[in-house]
Amino acid sequence: MYAFTYRKAKDVKDAAAGLAKNADAKLLAGGQSLIAAMKLRLSAPPELIDLGTISELRGIKSDGKNVVIGAMTRHAEVAASTDVKKAIPALAYLASQIGDRMVRNMGTLGGAIAHNDPAADYPAAVVGLGATVETNKRKIDADAFFKGIYETALDPGEIITSVSFPIPKRAAYMKFKQPASRFAMVGVMVADTGKDVRVAVTGAGPCVFRVKEMEQALGKKFAPDSVANIKVPDKGLNSDIHASAEYRAHLVTVMAKRAVEAALK
Amino acid sequence: MPVKVSMTVNGKPVSAEVEERTLLVNFIREHLRLTGTHVGCDTAQCGACTIEMNGDAVKACNMLAMQAEGAKITTIEGIAAADGTLHPMQEAFREHHALQCGFCTPGMVISAIDLVRRHPNPSEEVVRAELDGNFCRCTGYHNIVKAILDAAPKVAAMR
Repeated sequence: MYAFTYRKAKDVKDAAAGLAKNADAKLLAGGQSLIAAMKLRLSAPPELIDLGTISELRGIKSDGKNVVIGAMTRHAEVAASTDVKKAIPALAYLASQIGDRMVRNMGTLGGAIAHNDPAADYPAAVVGLGATVETNKRKIDADAFFKGIYETALDPGEIITSVSFPIPKRAAYMKFKQPASRFAMVGVMVADTGKDVRVAVTGAGPCVFRVKEMEQALGKKFAPDSVANIKVPDKGLNSDIHASAEYRAHLVTVMAKRAVEAALK
Repeated sequence: MPVKVSMTVNGKPVSAEVEERTLLVNFIREHLRLTGTHVGCDTAQCGACTIEMNGDAVKACNMLAMQAEGAKITTIEGIAAADGTLHPMQEAFREHHALQCGFCTPGMVISAIDLVRRHPNPSEEVVRAELDGNFCRCTGYHNIVKAILDAAPKVAAMR
């Protein structure tokens, strides 16, 4: 790891001021991706601004319509939250499947979506549930937030403060785990919002994406059979030593079908 | 530029001047000379560096020492009784031959204690799922699972 300067931010304003002063500084959330990337020298920020002690960024609130989760809330906290389990069990389940226990004890919602790893789980929840990302400057719709591989709509100096998840009628997340890294080879979130159906896929492509054809079919009839014969094209999907693009395309259909089954239970 | 870091490790307050980039595991091993916490993969996959921070198991190789500023840390050296009597989880690992080379064992034991705190009466399935983040390349896990199932009620009775 290259040397850097480190400081703890007192609050969001203080963190934003730090970013304004040094445009190359990086925010440190749980660090479960950032520290690993810095160790490999894939990332070498000259300054880290640690959000770890900002209590206003942590916590879970549910008002019966939305579950609002602070950006620095750890995966283990979301997975164990009785509020989340009651309102959106699919979200608690998704959080419980991220990495392993130790990673979930450090990793945060805000860190995960700001990083936007193509195989991360949370982007599927944010897009699948049609959440709204709140920052220190504005609110961003899920559909406009994730831009591409490791790329988001966040401007320089913008800090995620919370994510608001509308409570769906029913939803489920199914993930085919890459067993060594525990990232999603393919993960599919299916949500019936009551008004429409959303299907979000992570792990398969360079960035989370929706499958409109599946959404329309499930909108007509919310049943596993509705998606069983819908294939996504393998063109542009990820292909690596773990799985070919063809296999990932196949898994999208299988995971979507299983997610619908789980949502109906 | 060195920075000062302070925390409580195994009940003792410690502090040192470290480089900002010092990983928690290096602080524990090289500054405190507590070498029971191991560095296996160094990529946050194997779990050999697992320690307890404020009651939660975390991977000490994947975080900065500064992230543990003010925290309460427990390492493998801090779990036996003052007179040297092994912690029931350590004793169960010995009893069930849950280790061969022993490299993964410190992290495995810390994870196991964390696991039975959250699941005082775990099923075999829960134990296997919860050990997701700890790799053992010798035992094939069977005896580790047996040890944890055996120790669970004893660890639960400790509190």
